[in-house]
This record gives sequence, C-alpha cells and structure tokens, in this order.
Amino acid sequence: MSSQPLSQNQEYFELNLGPQHPATHGVLRVKLLMDGEYIVDAEPVLGYIHRMHELMGENRSWAQYLPNMGRLDYLSALSYNLGYVELVEKMAGIEVPERAEYIRVITTEMNRISSHLLWFGAFVLDLGGFTPLLYAFDDREQILDLLESVTGSRLTYCYYLFGGCYNDVEDDFLSGCLAFIKRMRTRLPMYHNLVTKNVILRQRLEGVGPVSAEMCRKYGATGPVLRGSGIHYDLRKNEPYSIYPELDFDVPVYPEGDSMARFMVRMDEMEQSMRIIEQAIAKIPEGPVMAEKVPKMIKPAAGDYYHAVEAARGTFAIRAVSDGKNQAYRMKLRSPTFSNLSLFQEASRGMLLADGLAFMGSLDLVIPEIDR
Amino acid sequence: MDLGINVFEVFIYLVGFIAFAAANAAYLVWVERKGAAHIQRRTGPKEVGPYGLLQPLADGAKLMSKQFIIPEGVDRPLFLLAPIMTMVPAIMIFVTIPFSETILARDFNIGLLMILAFASVNVLALLMGGWASRNKYAVISAARVVSQNIAYEIPMLIIAITIVLITGSMNLTEIVAGQAGGILHWNLLPTNGNFLGPITFIIFFICSMAETNRAPFDLGEAESELIAGFHTEYSSMGFGLFFMGEYANIVIAAALTTILFLGGWYSPLPETIPYAGASSVAWFLVKMYLLIWMVVLIRWTYPRVTLWSLLNLSWKILIPFSLFNLLASAGLVKFLG
Repeated sequence: MSSQPLSQNQEYFELNLGPQHPATHGVLRVKLLMDGEYIVDAEPVLGYIHRMHELMGENRSWAQYLPNMGRLDYLSALSYNLGYVELVEKMAGIEVPERAEYIRVITTEMNRISSHLLWFGAFVLDLGGFTPLLYAFDDREQILDLLESVTGSRLTYCYYLFGGCYNDVEDDFLSGCLAFIKRMRTRLPMYHNLVTKNVILRQRLEGVGPVSAEMCRKYGATGPVLRGSGIHYDLRKNEPYSIYPELDFDVPVYPEGDSMARFMVRMDEMEQSMRIIEQAIAKIPEGPVMAEKVPKMIKPAAGDYYHAVEAARGTFAIRAVSDGKNQAYRMKLRSPTFSNLSLFQEASRGMLLADGLAFMGSLDLVIPEIDR
Repeated sequence: MDLGINVFEVFIYLVGFIAFAAANAAYLVWVERKGAAHIQRRTGPKEVGPYGLLQPLADGAKLMSKQFIIPEGVDRPLFLLAPIMTMVPAIMIFVTIPFSETILARDFNIGLLMILAFASVNVLALLMGGWASRNKYAVISAARVVSQNIAYEIPMLIIAITIVLITGSMNLTEIVAGQAGGILHWNLLPTNGNFLGPITFIIFFICSMAETNRAPFDLGEAESELIAGFHTEYSSMGFGLFFMGEYANIVIAAALTTILFLGGWYSPLPETIPYAGASSVAWFLVKMYLLIWMVVLIRWTYPRVTLWSLLNLSWKILIPFSLFNLLASAGLVKFLG
C-alpha cells in the first residue's frame, strides 16, 4: 500500500480514519500510515455504501433512472438532476421552454448556495468551531423551505423532467428567493467578519494542503478545488449549457492552492450564485414549463452521448451509450468528489493529522457521490 | 473533645466539597449547553424540568445506569484508576481554596504550591487513561495532552512565582488579604502598584485554559480529529468521572484566578456602600462564575488551534514573556516596593 519504503529504525503505525469517524461526514474510510502525528501515507478505502448507481442506469428506463440522480450528491441534488435531464434531452432532441430553463437555473443555484452553506458549517466544525454550523443551517433552512415549496422535497430532489420542470413556480417563490438573497447579503459579511478573519482559522488554512494545478490535472480535480489552484475553469463559462451564457457572473479564482483559497472560492461562489439568481428572476419570461411533445417512452437513437454540468463540487458528467432501447446500454457517471478525493493521498503526505483533516474538509467530500 | 469537633468539621467539608464539585460539574454542563444554545440561536435543553434544569440529573442517572465496558486488551488497573485519578486531586484542591475568610477547610502556608502540585496530577491521569485504553486515538490524545500540559505548566508556574514575589506569600488567604480595599487594589490592575498586572493575568488565564484542556486548546479531546481523545474507550461513569474532573478543574482554575488576581471575596466597591460593598462568599462566586462564563464564550466562538501553534504559543511567546514579567516584577518589588 505504501509507496514509501519503511526505514528500519522508523516505527510507523496504521490508523483507521473511519468508516465511522466524526470528520469524514459519512462512511469514508481512510487508512492512514502515521509517524506520530504525521501522515506518512493515506489510502482512501471506498465501497462501504456502494449502491451500483451505474448498473442501475443500465437496467431501468431513462425516466425511472431520474430519481437516482438526487441520491448521488444529496447536498446539491438539483445539479445532478439538471445534468441528467439535459443529457436525455440532448439524446432525444427535446426542446425545453425558456421559462423552464430559467426555473432550472434559479433552483440549481439556490441548491448550490445551500450546499456551500452546509460545507461552510461542516468545515468550520472540522476545525473545532461549532457555532458557524448552526448559523449556516439557519440560512440553509430558508433555502430548503423555498425549494420544498416548489419541488415537494427537501433534500433528494427530483424536480426536473425531460422537457421541463415538474410544475411551475409561483411569484411567492421568486420573491422568497429575493428576500433570501437580501438576508444572505447581510449574513455573508458577518461570516467573513467572524470566521474568515479569525486568526486561528487563517493559521489553520493558509499554506495548508497546497494543491498545484498540475496535481489537479493529474487527478482530474474540478470545481472549487481546481479554481482554488488558480485555474479559471467553470463549465457554466467554458462549456455553457442552459441559459448561463445570457447571465452575467464571475468565476472566483484564487491562485494560492491552499485550503484558504478553496475556502474563499466557495464563499465567493455563493455571492456569484446570488447574482445569477437575481438576474434570472429579473429576466424570467412567462410561458409553459413543459415541452409540448415529450414521448412517453424515450428511445434515443443509438450512439454515444456525453453531457457535463458544473455541480457544487465540480464537473459532473454523464456518458451514456444508447442502443436505441428504452434504457441505457452503458451508463458512466463522472462525479467530481471522487476525483477530488483521489488527490488526498498524494497531497496529504507529510501533513499533521489535524492539518490532514482540515485539508480533507476543504475538498468538500460527499461520500455517497464518491461511492456511488 | 477537640478531636470530635475536628472529625465532624472534616466530614462536613469533605461532603461539602464533593457535593460542590459534583453540583458544579453537573450544572456547568447545563450552563455550557444553555450558553452554547444561546450563542447558536437555539433553545438548548428544555424538556426535563423548567428550562431543562433537571437535565443534568437525568444525564447523571443515565450515565450511572449504563454498563461500564472494559474493552478487551486494556491495561485493567490503569484503565480503572485513571478516571478516579482525575477526580481525586480535583477534590483535594478544593480543600485549600478559601471561598471567604471563614469558609475554608485548611489554611495552608503553601496553599498555592499545593494547588499547582495537585493540578499537575491530572495530566498523569489523562496519560494513564489514554495509554491504558489500547486505542490509537487515545494514545495520540494522551501524547498531545502531556506535551500541552507540560508546555503550559511552565509559564503558569512562573506566573505563580511572580504573584508570590509581589504578595510575599504562598498562603492564599494572605494573597487575597493583600488585595483588600476595592477594585483598585486587585492584582489584576496596574493601580495595585504593579503595572505588569494585566499581562500577568492574561498569561495566567491562557495557561489555565490550556491546562484544563478547554477549547480552543482542547487538543486532547479534539472530537473532529481524535473522536473523543483519551476517553474514547470509556463508558458509563468512567466517562462521567473524566467529564466531572474536567469541569472541576475549570472551577478550580477560575477560583484560583479569582484569588490571585480578582481580590477573592472582596467587593470591587468601596466598603462604605452597604451590602454590595461588604466582602462575602457571594462576591467570590460571582467573580468565579463570570470567569467560567468567559471560558464558555471562548469555547463556542473559536476554532481549535493545532498542536504546533499551541506549543509555539507557549514556548515562543508565553514562556519568554512570563520570564520577562518575573524579572520586571522582581525589579519592581526590589526598587519600588
């Protein structure tokens, strides 16, 4: 397992971090080889909650597979829904009404904020600061209430359908989103004052867990991890989908590559998401939210299809091979945190245990999505 | 005849201190939970009794009724002894603490020395518990606790020496008596004649927080890193005793800070004011609980430091500063006092 030879006079010990451990936020197991408090080697061990999502995609119809998307990354389920429905729409050539596109973007971005909020709380919890978690949950609760009012669920959404959305949003929802943004604009500066500027927090994040752009390329890391390493790469800009090209937003990029950079990227992304939502709400047209002619039984033409979206944690891509039947011949999901976790082994070598866990927290892992 | 009265008195104090330590541990948990809830905009315990006031009793009953699991492969004698060893010195220390001029069990000449001596037993108990558990997390935690406590004992002792130098006594009653006459005479304030008082106080306060393993210095427990640290393998009252010992140590640290810096049982107001100006045990408790409340506030505000920055803080900042402080205070005493 270890790529480093054990020297004769050095005594290492193995430490099982997980599958039940407060810092892994799920059933991730990391086999650590420790030299006292230093990590010599860290090997992530997966498979504890493997549910064969890819195989499930191959033995059920396109529509039946839709609810699975909410079970991958349960914290930003709508991005995954979006990726999948856009793929199937691309395969079957379904046109989506414009209002539905706007609703999709608004709800997805709300979901992104809620995901980042939860990460923010859980990350500071990993660092030993308990209080921000409750504040973040307070904010997140507002989003969940709003999304519940349109989607009917609070966590594992299944709101988008092939050709549109399950139902139309009301003005209450849109004004609720604006009210939330107004509230959030006062909360984010508070978080920056209380958390980002905290000396202990800065000490624990700055310079810790450097991830180079080269390392990101090697392991395929995307999302805030990549943008925290100075690479301007966001699928909403680089491979635009839906109505993102019509909206004006920035991609926060920090070149430092340390945990603080990843922290700042996510904090700034919340602001950008709020900008996107505001613009989308201002522009949202009237009209239907479902395409008129969506076949009951979708049978895409045989071929190899690929679609990727920017989820809260990075690039979520699906490659589906169709043989013209009602279900996929081959379904491959490319989930962002699987790649982001892969670099943990290399990047954590020589770190202190406490720093290693802070670094792991900064990667924003969601285990069901790594272990799908 | 004389002996009979003494035995009775000893009994009263013994029961009293154990009850005080236990009640404090129980209700400080309640204060901590309510305080944390207030800081985090939650309600906190509220179901058991009015304002959740009976929650600590329910928790205690739960802990006592649980099975005490001794995992296979542990070092049995040490494993069983460790929780007792955290609690016993804590209760011993209460013997020396003068809560007021009349409420004290024993008036020692070397009370300060005795407190510091007994307080350092605690780290041994944590080391024993962590080591005996045969759990890697517990061992890491024990190693952390030892290096942390040793690092912070040094500046704490230097500060204690400074106080002894200024007040000229190791007797806690005399140290308090030297601060009589209102807030301006406390060792905390420069108006006492020693302008280094505030620095001395801050160093002592930081050290006492580190010594009691409180957040942000709770590296021994560090639940997001080491699960529960040295008491990972402890269940039932084994865990309960560690928990009580922790809170008893917080009370002791706050009481000691009150005695050394905040004028003990003396009122901050001039004696001419009726009731509020009188010195009494109430003032002692008010000061002590204010300090404890501050410790609670700090815990729920800051993230945890790493071991390295913790040790750096002690070896590179606190120890040089406290040494300088000691020299300067000695100079002050020599040339001015």
